[in-house]
Amino acid sequence: MKASRVALALLCLLFAAGTAQAANSIKIGFPIPLTGEIPKVGESTKFAAEMLKEEINAQGGLQVGKQKYPLEFIYEDNESKAESAVNVTLKLIDRDEVVALVGPQSSRQAVPAGGVANDNEVPMISPWSTNPDTTFNRPWVFRGAFLDPFQAPVAANFASKQFQAKTAAVLFEISNDYSKGLADNFKAAWEKLHGPGSVVAFESHGPKDQDFSAQLTKIIGLKPDFLFLPQNYSFAAMIVPQARDLGFKNPFMGSDAWGSAELMNLCGKACIGQFFSTHYAAAGATGATKEFIDKYQKKFGYVPDDVAALTWDSVNIVLTAIQKGGVVDSNVRKMRKLIRDNIAATPKFDGITGSMSFDEQGDPIKCAVVVKVSDAGEFTFVESVCP
Amino acid sequence: MLSLSGLWSLPCNPTASAQPMEQFIQQCVNALQWGSFYALIALGYTLVYGVLRLINFAHGDIFMVGAYISFFVSTFFLSSSGPALSRDLALALTIPCTVVLTSGVGVTLERIAYRPLRRKGVHRLYVVITALMCGLVLENGNLALLGASRKALPDLLDKHIYMISGIAVTNLKLIVICTALLVFFALHFIVTRSRIGMAMRAVAWDEFALPLMGIPLDRVIVFTFMLGSGIAGLGGMLFAMSYPVLDPYMGAMTGWKAFIAAVVGGIGDIRGAFVGGFLLAFVEIMVAAFLPSTFRDLFAFSILLLILWKRPTGIFGMPMSTKI
Repeated sequence: MKASRVALALLCLLFAAGTAQAANSIKIGFPIPLTGEIPKVGESTKFAAEMLKEEINAQGGLQVGKQKYPLEFIYEDNESKAESAVNVTLKLIDRDEVVALVGPQSSRQAVPAGGVANDNEVPMISPWSTNPDTTFNRPWVFRGAFLDPFQAPVAANFASKQFQAKTAAVLFEISNDYSKGLADNFKAAWEKLHGPGSVVAFESHGPKDQDFSAQLTKIIGLKPDFLFLPQNYSFAAMIVPQARDLGFKNPFMGSDAWGSAELMNLCGKACIGQFFSTHYAAAGATGATKEFIDKYQKKFGYVPDDVAALTWDSVNIVLTAIQKGGVVDSNVRKMRKLIRDNIAATPKFDGITGSMSFDEQGDPIKCAVVVKVSDAGEFTFVESVCP
Repeated sequence: MLSLSGLWSLPCNPTASAQPMEQFIQQCVNALQWGSFYALIALGYTLVYGVLRLINFAHGDIFMVGAYISFFVSTFFLSSSGPALSRDLALALTIPCTVVLTSGVGVTLERIAYRPLRRKGVHRLYVVITALMCGLVLENGNLALLGASRKALPDLLDKHIYMISGIAVTNLKLIVICTALLVFFALHFIVTRSRIGMAMRAVAWDEFALPLMGIPLDRVIVFTFMLGSGIAGLGGMLFAMSYPVLDPYMGAMTGWKAFIAAVVGGIGDIRGAFVGGFLLAFVEIMVAAFLPSTFRDLFAFSILLLILWKRPTGIFGMPMSTKI
């Protein structure tokens, strides 16, 4: 008992020391998936954030009021797991005393981490999460991406037009909030278009599955016009070739989690010609978006995926909010409140993934694009859908 | 949620391939392929257990290492800066290289982790815990060395899809199933008919009396690990060809399930591992095929639990007084 009290006192001292130094730099925390199921997502986040940080720190730091403050970004690995996301988010809040959080990326981690951030009154912005629960009734939580209830009809409308489809099948990951949520939304949207029973198969798989032949055989037997896969890129890369091996000839439609730079390395030829809805199209971009893509490609050797672009925008939203506050308060709690209020009050933000403003739930109102995987493996723009 | 009755009452074209019988046969083919991998891994578990009474929990990760070795070896053979061989030749060379290198990993593990403990005569439980830790070391070592991004095996084989009256089979699937069968018969032959197999059975019988008979105990054990790991390496390579997305944790789950398959078949018995592997795959696939796929693992493992409840020693297993 005594020992724990001493430890507590020591901890308090440590924190006090931390607070005293906090005014020197601006600390932002990134609870991101550097390992686990979607490591490329974590890598893209880190690369985009580092690129922005280097640019700003090269000019002496972020101009807030009359002074320049260097940026300090802290990356913690959430291992693509919900539990780890909660732990590292708490660690960033309590130990590192960050003023804002960018991430987690996938809804599976962003939904629980958003709860932690909201309870601790720390502004959090998830660049990539599309599940409504991430921000729902959480005034401290924002996002950089559109929502699944918006993305699902985009996919449904596009597929009925492009494939002349009447029936659809869905294969989703049961333990993933993102995949499950999008699958449910898609089913509702499709049945609204084509009547009840037009989603002929609604199948799921587990988080560690590698063989999908049972579900796919069942799906193929029901002869859907296309297969909707609201899946992470690593699963999409396994499911598409396996479905082809089982004799499925119809097209696939994917969701924004397909849009990783790694999809084509893993999937190969089978994914060429497929469509998916996403946040931005790298091929054929112009203006600031093109500038970002060129810089990123030069530095890291590959075309940035949507995660990188959304992270770039999200960090910029946080930095803009800090600048608008005009001061860097040494009191972390006051600083966090200031940032939150300024993000919520952002009238219109022109990012590289389109212009956006936040609604009362902290969700941006912005457009989605549908891209096609070209023969060269690039994600080329097909059409843009705005709310 | 789709119920089964809802599925079948949907209007479907009678000439279409949605025939229940064809579906069933297709699912059987799927199960044969998936079961081949379980069987190949379970054989390694059962071999080591049968000889040493040691559950080598690192075995699933040796399978993973095998898949990665096949990735590096085949990439090397195909690369333009390396020998730049043709694909057929690369495939023909990758198989023996993967098997040999993976058995090397298994033997190294035995040498540095298990043998010192065995020499000190510690209880088997500690060796099993060591095996668990070795598995974690292999997984995380891989993660640290190669990073978290996933690897895809280069195409070594032109895939052909054969449609036989509505049932899709690829040449790769046939190769996988045939390999599993061949490995089983070869292993069965080695254990029951060869001199070294006799020595292996002798170690299982009495490991303390054996050296007194002039049989080199260590050599027999090394051979056992070589055989088990080599089969895992072969399985890993075929797995990487069939499911070409490699990650450091791929061996853990598949390995555990294969271990369960070996236990259900009767651990220590080669026929048991083989039958158990296919049984597990059949149960898994059929549950997903005819019940909502959400319940796949729940139902599959409940069924296996029932089998163990009826026969605690597994299908082919014999009751034994000293198990760990």
